[in-house]
Amino acid sequence: MAKKLFKGNEALGEAAVLGGCRFFFGYPITPQTELSEYLSWRLYDVGGTFIQSESEVSAINMVYGAAGAGARALTSSSSPGISLKQEGISYIACAELPCVIVNMMRSGPGLGGIMPSQADYSQATKGGGHGDYRMLVYGPSTIQEAVDIMYNAFDKAEQYRIPVMILGDGMLGQLMEPVEFPPLKQMPDPSTKEWATTGTHYGKDRRIVNSLYIVASENEAVNIKLQAKYDLLRKNEVMCEEYMCEDADIIITAYGTVARICKSAVKALREKGIKTGLIRPITLFPFPTEVFHKYANSDKTKKFVTIELSTGQYNEDVLLSVMGKKPVEFYCRMGGSVMTVEEIVNKVKEVY
Amino acid sequence: MEQGIICAGFGGQGVLSLGKMIVYVAMEKGLHVTWLPSYGPEMRGGTANCSVVASTEEVASPLVSTPDCLIAMNRPSLDKFINDVVSGGMVLINSSLIDIKVDRKDINVYYIPANDLALQHANERSSNIVMYGAYAKLNGNIGSMDEFEKILIKQFGKSADKDKIISAFHAGYEEIKV
Repeated sequence: MAKKLFKGNEALGEAAVLGGCRFFFGYPITPQTELSEYLSWRLYDVGGTFIQSESEVSAINMVYGAAGAGARALTSSSSPGISLKQEGISYIACAELPCVIVNMMRSGPGLGGIMPSQADYSQATKGGGHGDYRMLVYGPSTIQEAVDIMYNAFDKAEQYRIPVMILGDGMLGQLMEPVEFPPLKQMPDPSTKEWATTGTHYGKDRRIVNSLYIVASENEAVNIKLQAKYDLLRKNEVMCEEYMCEDADIIITAYGTVARICKSAVKALREKGIKTGLIRPITLFPFPTEVFHKYANSDKTKKFVTIELSTGQYNEDVLLSVMGKKPVEFYCRMGGSVMTVEEIVNKVKEVY
Repeated sequence: MEQGIICAGFGGQGVLSLGKMIVYVAMEKGLHVTWLPSYGPEMRGGTANCSVVASTEEVASPLVSTPDCLIAMNRPSLDKFINDVVSGGMVLINSSLIDIKVDRKDINVYYIPANDLALQHANERSSNIVMYGAYAKLNGNIGSMDEFEKILIKQFGKSADKDKIISAFHAGYEEIKV
């Protein structure tokens, strides 16, 4: 199949449809709006439903309802809109329903700005709403990778009955690249969805969607079950790219589009004779802790350098994984400013 | 080979479309490409630009901070990016709207009266097409004249002004003497 030039936001919309998404609920916000605009017409081609809700709070609760009925439902937004959705995401996580959420991060705090940022890292990977829950969080760095992740996101969401978040930034949403789309996915047999409140015609038991457990022991049991699920994710779903790390003295680490700028820096540094590598987590939760262990324990690795568009949120996970075994240097930009390749090269040269 | 390009001008001059057409030519050639528009507050202020990367290898960073090629459609765009152009790089200047000369000696500068040529051959809105023609002449490694023209016809094949637009393209192409 020939590659097509697609904008990140629109490519994610197309990949969602091909991956089985049939319901979209959302409210427009820069730099994500093209995703909902695309689905506003594209979903009709496949008999789906598109609703521009009156608010983000409504959108996430529509997702909650649709997911409870067994549908493949998507919502997308950018940072301030995702904050509004946190209560609903917490309910969906507790009720163990599958859904997919896209966050094309912009700068904050508050209404912030519309330029790229990674400052929602902690919100995405540590829960975000109230309570002890996690999402399966992906941080794609190219449009093709975003497409491939989105294509399988609903399968993962249903397999684990968990909200899946695709965490991009304004750059990924606005960028155009050639992409190859997979074929329209065959939908799973709805009778296999044992959580879906479809009436009782698939079985005799009542199906209840709930997140309220007044009795402490019952609520603890729910929490234990959720934690077991997150352990399973840690065991089975970690994805990470290791780029030129084998012989590297310095290992840069970054995720998403920032990792692409770092990749250019790795090439530039190697041309100057500084052996540099890159660890790029693709899943942000579960975090590729063992990859960091491997290089933290290696005699070859001298230092790590974390690069991010937030003030150390991502670096906290890096530090936890390096466990003090090697120095971890840090460089960031904030508020929608993006570092250049030269800035990263200079930072590495400074600490080398 | 990797070329980082910045196309810059004010809103309505077609700089985003210009970048996109270059991307299509490079794509046809089998090159790896990225196109990143300015979507930030500067867009709301009336100026626009896009970063294009065309490469024989997979594109790492889609951001172009030090362009190999700058296409400046107006004065603020030239002022903003001229010092970032790499030594040995090329700059295409819309001399219809930019009345200064660049004093850097380490880059190749081409002055193209894009608005005048556009008016002469098609209409004022085609100044980006004139620049596209000039870019085509200077970048045989991205595509031949025919390959650039093919993409143009794909974009404007159904337009009533198709012939005029193609004529504007050739005017830009011929304006560059190499």
